[in-house]
Amino acid sequence: MILDGKCPTGPIQDTWDKHRFDMKLVNPSNKRKYKVLVVGTGLAGGAAAASLGELGYNVEAFCYQDSARRAHSIAAQGGINAAKNYPNDGDSIYRLFYDTIKGGDFRAREADVWRLAQVSNNIIDQCVAQGVPFARDYAGYLDTRSFGGAQVSRTFYARGQTGQQLLLGAYQALMRQVKVGSVKLFSRREMLDLVVVDGVAKGITVRNLISGEIEKFWGDAVILASGGYMNVFYLSTNAMGCSVTATWKAAKKGAFFANPCYTQIHPTCIPQAGDEQSKLTLMSESLRNDGRCWVPKKKEDCDKPAAAIAEDDRDYYLERKYPSFGNLAPRDIASRAAKEQCDDERGVGPGKRGVYLDFQTSIDRVGESTIKERYGNLFQMYEKITDENAYNQPMRIYPAPHYAMGGLWVDYNCMSNLPGLFVLGEANFSVHGANRLGASALMQGLADGYFVIPNTIAHYLAGITPGMVKDDHPEFQKSVEEVTGQADKLMSINGKKTVSEFHRELGKIMWENVGMARSEASLNNALKKIPALREEFWQNVKVTGSKSEINSQLENAGRVADFLEFSEVLTKDALNREESCGGHFRTEHQTADGEATRDDENFTYVAAWEFKGTDKEPELHKEPLKFDNVKLAVRSYK
Amino acid sequence: MNLILHVWRQKGPNEKGRLDQYEAKNVSPDASFLEMLDEVNEGLIKSDIEPIEFDHDCREGICGTCSQVINGIPHGPDKLVTTCQLHMRKFKDGDHIYIEPWRSKAFPIIKDLMVDRNALDRIIQSYGYTSTHTGGIADGNAILIPKVEADEAMDAAECIGCGACVAACPNASAMLFTSTKVSQMALLPQGKAEAALRVKAMVEQMDSEGFGNCTNHYECQAACPKGINVSFISRMNREMMKAMPK
Repeated sequence: MILDGKCPTGPIQDTWDKHRFDMKLVNPSNKRKYKVLVVGTGLAGGAAAASLGELGYNVEAFCYQDSARRAHSIAAQGGINAAKNYPNDGDSIYRLFYDTIKGGDFRAREADVWRLAQVSNNIIDQCVAQGVPFARDYAGYLDTRSFGGAQVSRTFYARGQTGQQLLLGAYQALMRQVKVGSVKLFSRREMLDLVVVDGVAKGITVRNLISGEIEKFWGDAVILASGGYMNVFYLSTNAMGCSVTATWKAAKKGAFFANPCYTQIHPTCIPQAGDEQSKLTLMSESLRNDGRCWVPKKKEDCDKPAAAIAEDDRDYYLERKYPSFGNLAPRDIASRAAKEQCDDERGVGPGKRGVYLDFQTSIDRVGESTIKERYGNLFQMYEKITDENAYNQPMRIYPAPHYAMGGLWVDYNCMSNLPGLFVLGEANFSVHGANRLGASALMQGLADGYFVIPNTIAHYLAGITPGMVKDDHPEFQKSVEEVTGQADKLMSINGKKTVSEFHRELGKIMWENVGMARSEASLNNALKKIPALREEFWQNVKVTGSKSEINSQLENAGRVADFLEFSEVLTKDALNREESCGGHFRTEHQTADGEATRDDENFTYVAAWEFKGTDKEPELHKEPLKFDNVKLAVRSYK
Repeated sequence: MNLILHVWRQKGPNEKGRLDQYEAKNVSPDASFLEMLDEVNEGLIKSDIEPIEFDHDCREGICGTCSQVINGIPHGPDKLVTTCQLHMRKFKDGDHIYIEPWRSKAFPIIKDLMVDRNALDRIIQSYGYTSTHTGGIADGNAILIPKVEADEAMDAAECIGCGACVAACPNASAMLFTSTKVSQMALLPQGKAEAALRVKAMVEQMDSEGFGNCTNHYECQAACPKGINVSFISRMNREMMKAMPK
């Protein structure tokens, strides 16, 4: 099937305004008759639930955490982009649009990206009004800094905790709606199924993580804002509870999964220290404003302390390879460059999988106190984890799985191919193409939640009668039985291996074969190993306790079971995409000096996969991408 | 290193709890405290013992989910960290470690080391916001906020809502938590309009949840993983006095 994103046409700068006028509205007094379910309370879900509640819709919001404030958006550090052009350095909506399309390696839809760039400025205003304490100068004006893939300073920030502050803004707006009763919040609930009636999304089935009860909820529309799937690699910068479960369950009910092979490996994370490690910790990209990446030029220097290596014996490889962007090269490029140095046996630290991020030049230039003010909390976090003081010696960093550009396929209205199912934020695939630029995830989450969905959901709801299908429909009962059946099955296997052991094994398969560099051979290897591991899981997993109480083993078992299915689709997508673009790097497709080579003639499309059954081939649907406003070009940061 | 753990086990909110003893063997000093517990749990599962339930999520010290009293101190012996950022190099081979949940009437125990902290959400619901709604907002630079005020608001806003302040306080007071939001909003021009209404509503909610009062022990500041200063409690009290006649 050829998919249509239903993007508005005409001059791009007018598309969103024109589209908003063309869409239908719901009369204010009718809004309360519609019930909308929102899964996830991060930036996208929290902002959507709060905004829809304010408009008067009857909203029910769900999160697996104990409080809506703890969604993983909270961990975003560096900042949020907007095209304000306050520094007078040449920024504009067009430039943010262009940088995002180019940063994504020309694999995103123009209209969606334009809208994102356009509403980016509203987001900053909105957050300021909520009391988000952005960094300001002594005169009181908003301060900005630079991020990778941009030559302007357009990133607004709140120390190294921008995600926390933006999320608390959305959370507080949400709490205000909970107080007035327009939003009902269900915490410690995990969505385990999407209820589809006659091809239309009409509700969800969740597990109450405290009582273990399986509960059903009906809605006139369902919004998934459940984040990304990078824990498929086991070790990632995601929170422990982040999973593909909500989106994968929707995929199993017919929603198409788009571009799953576009995975972002973040260049600046603290290197892995041991086998028992449960997660990797990000060091914000903003550090590359003042930190310089280097490795020793000579292999024999790798074991020496950094201070003992002479300036001339250091290879500032990003500055050498990409003189115009230097240390602010985009993430995919910076990650691959780090891997390249380590593969060349010039890595540093335990296992030699690390590169230096050195602040000495900046400390000499602006002083330690200024560096402390900019990144104090990151240096402190680094010290707690590694026991090293990064003011006196360079940080050691290495790339780690961080963000999923792929996600459920949505049209311009953020609606999936299943009518009534909307997908926002990291959970959808829409704006970042094959590589997301730094400080753009916060921008997308809030754009979708505050400014896109309140408009586009009205257009859908205006066309349906509220409350036509409720939870007494037989599909709900069927879904509850399926979900209960899976829990029973997981509890009954009583095998020999723990859930974490399976998750670790899957992570290893994925990282080694479908990680930063992929080849036909490695992908086929993964496609042999994943089904075997999945089979073993269903024979040999051990889950203790009972299903009718808190049982984190059971929760994790469900998540790993979904990763074991989803990882296969991710790998198949990577195998299908015979080109290198953004975060997807196929070793067969590179230039002599190791740069990615795209194949625009054959792969300028969105790959949307339809689930056909666990052991059946998924079906590929294509949405061709058209570029009328930017010229497809080789992406160069040299 | 090898350690002896004494862990609070409690089946449910109304069950009786007890300290059970477990061994943690061959623990790496580079492991985090929760990774050490993960390994202990893996061993328990294999011996058919129900693993220890504890709250955790981001494991980088920002989500505020993890919540363990370690050797009598919320988040353990290291300064300015959450439990998940506490590393085993802070302990010695052969140490006995006592692990308990947050203790407060307002935080009922759910199971083992997990407690219910929704009381903190209800304090925010009571007025921990500006009554703005999405859209129709003036430019972010329309109201200037000098750096000094913006920075102080940010100092308050750093609160991660973990509840260590409550767990550390002999009175189980939530004054530090509540005062951070009151102060952040009172310091910013956007929050000033509702400052009086806000502080009254939030303090009233705090009291009705069963949190105790502040008697200046400053244990909250000592336990706070973000190092939030008790001066915000003074600011909240001043805001309360200003609000009284209104």
